[in-house]
Amino acid sequence: MADIKKEHQLIVSVSPHIKSEETTSRIMWSVNASLLPAVVMGAYFFGPRAVFTVAISIITAVLSEYIFQKALKRKIAVNDGSAFLTGLLLGMNLPPSVPFYIPVIGSFVAVVITKQLFGGLGFNVFNPALIGRAFLLISFPKLMTIWKEPTAAFVQLDAKTTATPLGILKEEGLSKLMEVFGDKINLYTQLLVGHRAGSIGETSSIALLIGAAFLLYRGYISWHIPVSFLGTAAIIAWIFGAKGTLFAGDPIVHLLSGGMLLGAFFMATDYVTCPSVKKGQILFGIGCGFLTMLIRLKGGYPEGVMFAILIMNCFSPLIDRGFKTKVFGARKEGNK
Amino acid sequence: MATATFKGGIHPPDKKELSKDKNILPTKPPKRVVIPLVQHIGAPCKLAVSVGQEVKKGDVVGTPEGFVSAPVHSSVSGKVIAIGDFPLATGRMVTSVVIENNNREEWTSLKDNPDYIKLSPDELKAKVRDAGIVGMGGAAFPAHVKLSPPKEKPVDVVILNGAECEPYLTADYRLMIERTQEVVEGLKILMKILGVNKGFIGIENNKPDAIEIMKNAVSGEPNIQVCELEVKYPQGAEKMLIKATIGREVPPRGLPMDVGVVVHNIGTAVAIYEAARYGKPLIERVVTVTGEGIKEPKNLMVKIGTLVSDLIEECGGFKSDAAKVISGGPMMGFAMYSLEVPVTKGTSGILVLPEEDIVHTDGFGPCIRCGRCIDICPMGLMPSMLSVLSEKGFYEETKDYNLFDCFECGSCTYVCPSKRPIVQLIRLAKSLVKP
Repeated sequence: MADIKKEHQLIVSVSPHIKSEETTSRIMWSVNASLLPAVVMGAYFFGPRAVFTVAISIITAVLSEYIFQKALKRKIAVNDGSAFLTGLLLGMNLPPSVPFYIPVIGSFVAVVITKQLFGGLGFNVFNPALIGRAFLLISFPKLMTIWKEPTAAFVQLDAKTTATPLGILKEEGLSKLMEVFGDKINLYTQLLVGHRAGSIGETSSIALLIGAAFLLYRGYISWHIPVSFLGTAAIIAWIFGAKGTLFAGDPIVHLLSGGMLLGAFFMATDYVTCPSVKKGQILFGIGCGFLTMLIRLKGGYPEGVMFAILIMNCFSPLIDRGFKTKVFGARKEGNK
Repeated sequence: MATATFKGGIHPPDKKELSKDKNILPTKPPKRVVIPLVQHIGAPCKLAVSVGQEVKKGDVVGTPEGFVSAPVHSSVSGKVIAIGDFPLATGRMVTSVVIENNNREEWTSLKDNPDYIKLSPDELKAKVRDAGIVGMGGAAFPAHVKLSPPKEKPVDVVILNGAECEPYLTADYRLMIERTQEVVEGLKILMKILGVNKGFIGIENNKPDAIEIMKNAVSGEPNIQVCELEVKYPQGAEKMLIKATIGREVPPRGLPMDVGVVVHNIGTAVAIYEAARYGKPLIERVVTVTGEGIKEPKNLMVKIGTLVSDLIEECGGFKSDAAKVISGGPMMGFAMYSLEVPVTKGTSGILVLPEEDIVHTDGFGPCIRCGRCIDICPMGLMPSMLSVLSEKGFYEETKDYNLFDCFECGSCTYVCPSKRPIVQLIRLAKSLVKP
């Protein structure tokens, strides 16, 4: 006879009785890990100051989430890795030499105002890190656009200020950019490696692509947003990128400079703020690519990724509505 | 050859290795059986015996009331010792007949008719109905109802469901291996009743030997084809199976017969063969008793009404860390609070999970809109939206997201990284709004 005592201890719960091992925090920490190569390259090129900036950004983000949740007696969920990720992304999106109060303000705006006030993880409309950065860029325009020459020497604290490749491209054109970097091959190589001025975590294309490959391989992101985003941007850059003539722009320079890769793989793909239906994600990516290039080529900023993604974030709910999935069997009514 | 499938679905570990090599063995004769009068979807049966009455194996103890109903028979010879309400694995209380087994195995009259295939479709259908055969994959829909399609819905294909996509279960697999010819005969009877000349047997390709054996068995049957299916849950869901095997899509809220198809389970086919040839009623079935929490996983031929506690004992009892006992598979089965529950016609497996495999669902996170559930929903729904709307109390709005097309396979809940009880929230919404 089966053990009677045991019987009273049987666990009764509803199906399904098995679950996948994937958890929200595992996803978030994996994304954090995937950004590591880019952060390491940023630290290598921009020195300890860059590391501190990222660290402060992360610490403020996690702390402000903790304090906010504690104060409102919400469940403390800082170990899910999402606040850490917001802090990390914000830090990576800052110039290497900002004063330390800048990441503090940015992280607070990102985590408390953009995310927690909307209800916390899953309920925010905008990508928190990008709102944090947009707030800083608009409030502290000078500080947020002082770019340092990469030194590739970890000890050197005071690097020269310089313009970013996109800044040069916008103000003085492709020929000047060539002049600065020597030739085309060297330009591409430096952009790939990350030996150029820019935000801490956006410069090394190779490092970002390694992280992106990891996320794609693990299925944490899909190709839909990055491919449509980058594809659209590349096509527009090729067609309208050169002044005065069509189909003469350099799409590779555009893809590898500014925050294009960081934005396309790590920020536009943010689950909460992008559409969840794959077809809609393609439209979302196209929108991001289009707006990025519109701002880069016609707008007042050399860079457009941040505003492009934020604007497209507004459309995510609408896109999900428009691209509602089709029920199985509904397509071919009465098929036989 | 590329294996057939449908869009979406999940890949849980199949765990079939625990029991797949275990031959189907008869259980020890149970001391008593508890035979519920409701073992099918549809109207309950009317009691046909009284306390104290002697019955033989195959005697009717409950007669069907209504078209969507199926008679129930005694699975032992013996004496009716009690009639009363007993729980099913789902927890539902139903009137049941308790019969004490006299171990004499006396049958009510059975006749071997080797020429059964010459019977008319109506005669064969009557045999299926009288034998009380229901779908043995779990849903327990009376078989003869599926065999009576209305005139305006002509059926041209019969598909046998050998997918057995629920992890752990191996009952249908063993039947295909051990009783191959009976499976084929069952399919031929189904084709004869429905007057169709296209039969398919869909089998997931994690059962390569079953595929090979079945292929050999039908090599001389030009009208029957074995279809290799991708290993994927819920490949055995009727609509998914039809899509994978012959590419037809059953319309939303439609039935397989809307696209000219009737689907039956492997076990059902064997039961139909036995009913057609011998007039044998459905009084026993194969049950896989398995899981990491049971000492000796087995495939057993079990008399309907045998208590789960008897089966656990038959399999050497629990391991010390056994924590949850499930009737059916891990995806759609029911956790039981008591082991004094009878095996019914729809019981495909008893799964014992140890403590370490138990997923504790208390405390789930917010939806992070990752879209995993949308990507895998075999019905093309947006489970995330359904769950969020239901959670917030917007039950009516769930209908905009095709609430009633969900057949509760649980794939969404399996993949959700926030461990949200998505399918439970969908069930809640279903119970609160009208279609």
